[in-house]
Parts: sequence; structure tokens; C-alpha cells
Amino acid sequence: MQSAEEKGTTNRLRGVLDALLVPVLAIITALIVGGLIIWAVGGNAIAAYKALVQGAFGSPRALSETAVWSTPYIFAGLAVAFAFKGGLFNIGAEGQLALGAVAAALIGYALPVWLGIQLSPFIHIPLAVGMGILAGAIWAAIPGALKAYTGAHEVINTIMMNYIALNITSFLLNGPMKDPDPLNVVARTPPIALSARIPPIFPHLRVHWGFVLALLVAVFVWWILQKTTLGREIRTVGANPDAAKYAGINVKRMIIVTMAISGALAGLAGAIEVTALNYRHELGFSIGYGFDAIAIALLGKSNPFGVVLAAILFGAMRNGATRMQFVTQIPVDIISVIQALILLFVAADAIVRYIYRIRAPQDRVVLTRGWGG
Amino acid sequence: MDWRRFTIIALVIAIMIGTVVSIGLSQNPPLVIIVSMLATTIAVATPLTLGALSGIYCERAGVVNIGIEGMMLAGAFFGWLGAIYMNTVFHFPAMPSLLAGVIAAILTGAVFSLLHAVLSITFKVDQIIGGTVINILAAGITGFLNRQMFFGAGSVFGGQVPHSPGVLPSIHVPILSSIPVFGRMFEQQPITVAAIILVFVTHLVLFYTRWGLRTRAVGEHPRAADTVGINVIRMRYMNVIIGGCMAGLAGGYLTLESISSFEPLMSNGRGFIALAAMIFGNWTPFGAWAAALVFGAAQAMQINLQFFRALIPPQLAALQNSYVVGLSPYLLTMIILTGVIGRTTPPAADGKPYEK
Repeated sequence: MQSAEEKGTTNRLRGVLDALLVPVLAIITALIVGGLIIWAVGGNAIAAYKALVQGAFGSPRALSETAVWSTPYIFAGLAVAFAFKGGLFNIGAEGQLALGAVAAALIGYALPVWLGIQLSPFIHIPLAVGMGILAGAIWAAIPGALKAYTGAHEVINTIMMNYIALNITSFLLNGPMKDPDPLNVVARTPPIALSARIPPIFPHLRVHWGFVLALLVAVFVWWILQKTTLGREIRTVGANPDAAKYAGINVKRMIIVTMAISGALAGLAGAIEVTALNYRHELGFSIGYGFDAIAIALLGKSNPFGVVLAAILFGAMRNGATRMQFVTQIPVDIISVIQALILLFVAADAIVRYIYRIRAPQDRVVLTRGWGG
Repeated sequence: MDWRRFTIIALVIAIMIGTVVSIGLSQNPPLVIIVSMLATTIAVATPLTLGALSGIYCERAGVVNIGIEGMMLAGAFFGWLGAIYMNTVFHFPAMPSLLAGVIAAILTGAVFSLLHAVLSITFKVDQIIGGTVINILAAGITGFLNRQMFFGAGSVFGGQVPHSPGVLPSIHVPILSSIPVFGRMFEQQPITVAAIILVFVTHLVLFYTRWGLRTRAVGEHPRAADTVGINVIRMRYMNVIIGGCMAGLAGGYLTLESISSFEPLMSNGRGFIALAAMIFGNWTPFGAWAAALVFGAAQAMQINLQFFRALIPPQLAALQNSYVVGLSPYLLTMIILTGVIGRTTPPAADGKPYEK
């Protein structure tokens, strides 16, 4: 006989295994289909995947680069997952991330010049990162407010905001914020001051404290969602806005707050890329993060820890792909195809369940709703 | 679609044309500028019009399709690939190659929309997520094949982009195109002409045929439709695939009619703007076309202002900045979606899977 407590632990363990089963099978299936595609275009799938794994995990440097790639994915994946929890679909992580990066870069290189003094890193780094967070939050709060007060669907508005952000960023990086270095021909900002730079963890490796911060933020997001009143209210609005209204929750305010926090996380992704890795913002570096973030949030089932695992997987694939292309001449873009296939099999879990003969779960999670509501 | 909304659309287009006319006045006679603006507007609105029609077929049948962007991108790539294959590998002349490209583009749209139909109708996947899957998949496949086939060493085309068969030639509409000055408006390329014809055809199909009545029934009240013996699943599948063909053709416009090359992610948000046009047009073909023309006019303004860049007065200095004009269609979309220019009603069962 098991005690009640043991039974609870067993059930919880089974729950975790059940939750992991479909994503893991989805990844395996996507890799098999991806392998068939590589084979179809005349490549060697085994050699390609071997190079991919070596490139991602084969050496301390490879591991460091995987962590570097994963960092923005964790932040941006958390951003999309957070919005999902509130019943909102934030396709605008890309624009929020770009503006977060621009804002952090501006504070990073211009603030010491404006003030005419040397800043302590303990003041300068939080200011630069904070500005990035703020920019992302504002950029996401706009479609949130439009949704709350006019009913305009956030899916189209966040996409439109992406293109608007792209135009604004292009304007700034080609104009007022362009690196004045006479040798510079590309659209990028000047390098940020030394006092605004987050240092690497180990000498000679690029992995930086931003990665550790990303892991801490994942725990923080989990804490907000599961242990605070705010999180409970956001989840209630996400599960059933009508019920939330009757429970006395200000649904309109919650929509805006959810989008703002989601955007803040995306802005943080951009700010960390600038302050901890590139030390400047360059046009075009952020392209594709928005859709990758959606795939990561879905693969992680919107659970902060699931998002971390999914982000590390995606980071590892992106990082390993460079070696794969170098060794086997298979274009890195195959990774996008595999990621789309993973997303396909996670979204349509019925396909995976059918292939592997797994029973369906009792409850289905509703992530988004149509234009009407 | 009410007259008030058409009036607003006409007014917005008139303001945009008026701006360009007043700026270019000292260099070109107004009539020439107006006709040139209108001709460009009609042409560049084509992918938006077709994308909006695609959305109308899907959503009138009750399936939300935000994968139009991806279908367009895939149509653009495979249409272009089809034309190049016929021309370079099988040595067909330019014209048949381009037509084969158009067919390839349409079929690509159909294949991708079939996937969307399977996901959203059969597997009842959240339709917005299904559409996102289509978008990511299309971006991945086109990016991968583009690099693999044209830039990879040892690939079909030996690591270089082959000479393209050019773009589809203009059709001169008889009589109308011989009118002095205004005739220019009636010299349009075939996909543009097809898009306009399809607007009328879609209107007739949707509101004056049994098929259209059934489509709308399935999108408004699927259970009632089912009760009277309409096959809800089949109607939804067919309409989503027809919609996919339109989106594929829109992609064909990009690589076979507008310019003769492919660039990764070249659909550049047109699929999403098309959805906004569909919503602003209140899910009607003429309304959606009118809305697409507004976006077309915004783009035509951007193109035409480049010619008159030096003439822009200091009061309108913002227009000199291509990024300010460049973001205007997106801003316009957001303003339209707020409903300040009139509320819209989607089909009642839009986005809801049908459970028997």
C-alpha cells in the first residue's frame, strides 16, 4: 500500500512525464522528417545531425555558444508564453525586442555623453537594461490597450507594430543613431560605453551573465503566474474572460498589464543582447526571433521551465547548424524547417498521438480565440 | 458594405493622390500624375486583393486563416522555381514557362491550404496557431530551398541563380486602353486583371449561387447547415483550398509579374495587410478590394514621391523620409482595426471548429 503522499508524488511525476511525452515525440518525428528532406536533396542526414550535435555540445566553446544563442530565446519565449497564459497571442516579440535593443543601446552609448560623467556599471547597466524593458513594455501595451478598448485583434496589431518598429529602427540606425565612425557603412549604433557592458562568466568564452539572468527570470515568471494574485487574475482572464469579469477582475486592465509584461520580457531579450553580447545594436540581427519565440512557447506548453528547455533546444540547433553547414554543406535554413515541423507536431498533437498510439488527455488548453472575442 | 465606408475610402485615396499631384505639379500635368498613380495603385493592390479574397473564402466558411502570408511566400517561391525550371532545365520559351509558374504558384497555395484545412478542420487545432505553423513552415522551406538550390555548391543550378524568363507582359484591354491619357490605366498585367475579375466572380459566387449560400451557412451556423443536409466538413475544406489558390496566385504576382526574382521573406507582411483589408471590407469582395486599393494607393504614393523627392516642400518634410511613408500602411491598418471608421461583423462561426 502506498501512502497518500507517495501517491501524490507518483501522480505528479506521471503528470510531468505525460506533459513531456508529446513534445519529445514531436521533436523526434520532426527530426526524422527533416532527415528525409536532407536525404531528398542529396545530403547525408546522419552526418548532418552528427555535425549538428558536435557543433552544439561538442566542446566548452560549443556549450558556451549554445548558451549564448539560448539567452534571447528564453526571454522571448517567456514573453510569448506569458501572453498565452493571459489568453493573448503576442506575435510582436520581434518588434518589442528590436526596440528594447535600440533603447538599451541609446542609454548605453549616449547617457555618459549627455551627462558628461563616467557612470558606475552598477548604475549604468540597470539603466540601459531598464530602458530596454520599458521600450518593449510600451510597444506591447499599445496593442493591448487597443484590444481592451476597441476590440481590435492583437494578432494583426502586433504584426503591424513589428513592421512599424522595423521602419523606426531603420530610420534611427541610418540617421540620428548611426555609428559616426568614418569606416562604418552599415546601419548600426556606436559601441556602448564600457560601464554599460555585462561581463562574460568565463574569460575567453562568450557566455555571459545574461544567461544566468534568463534562468532566474524564468523562475520569477513562474512565481508571478503561480504564486501571486496578479498571476491568478491573469490566468483567470486567459481561461475565461466572462468568468473573470463576474469574479470582479478588471479584464481590460489585465489585458494591458499582460501585454506590457510580455513586451517587457521581449524588450529584456533585446537589451541583454546589446549590453552582454554585441555591445551595440545592428539592423537585422533580430529578424526571426518573433516566430522562433512562438514556436518555443508552444513547445514549452507555455510553462516557464518548459520554455527554458525548448529555448535551449532551439539555441543548440541554431548554434550547431553553423558547423553542420560547414561540414556537410546542408544550408542552416533546414533548422527553420525542422522547427516548423516541431511546432506542427506540437500544435497538432493528435497527429503524434495517432502515430505513436497515445491516449488523448482529458482537458484541452485554449490558447487563443477568433476575431470576435 | 455601406456607402459611408466607400466614401471614406474614396476620400483617403483622393487625399493621397492629391498630395502627390500638388507636389509634382511643377514637373508634370495633374492628369498624367493622377492616371499614373491610379495605374500603380491598381497594380500594387493585386496581392492584397487576392489575399483578401483568400481570407473571404476561408472565413465565410468559418475558418480563420492567418497563414495567407506563408501561402503567398510559398506561392512566390515555387511559382518562380516552376518558371525557371521550365525555362532553364526544359528549355521552354519565356511565355509558357511563366504560365507554368502561375500554375505552380496556385497549386502551392492549394497544397499549403490543404495542410491548414487538415490542421484546423480535421484535427481542430487552434486556427491561429495552425496559420502560424503555415507561416513558419513556408518561411523555412522557401529559405532552405532557395539557398540549397541556387547558392549551394553541386545543386541543380550549380550554385548560381539562373537567368529568369522575365515577367508577364501587359494586356491591353481592347477599346479602353486606346483612350488618350486614361488608357494607361487599362494596360495591366494578367494577374492584376485576373484579380479584378475574381473580385466580381467571388461576389457572384458568394451571394448569387447555391455554393455561396451553403458556404455562408457553414460559416454562420454550421449546426443548422448540417441539419438541412449540407456537408459542413466538405464545404469548409473546399473553400479553404479555393482560398489557398488565391493566396498562391498572389504569391505568383510577386515573382512572375512584379519583379522577376525571389528574395527570402519577400511577402513582407502583405498577407496580414490583406487580412486587415478583408476585415475593413466587412468580409465582402468589393469592400475588401476597395480597402486593398487604399493600401495600394499608400504604396503608389511612396513610389511616386521618389520621383518628386526634390520638390517636396519643407512643410511636408516628413514625406521626404522613406521610412515615414513606409510605415504608413501598417499604421493605417491599425487605425482601421480600431473601428473608428465603422464596426465590422465577422461570420458568426469564424474560427470555431465544428464538432458533430
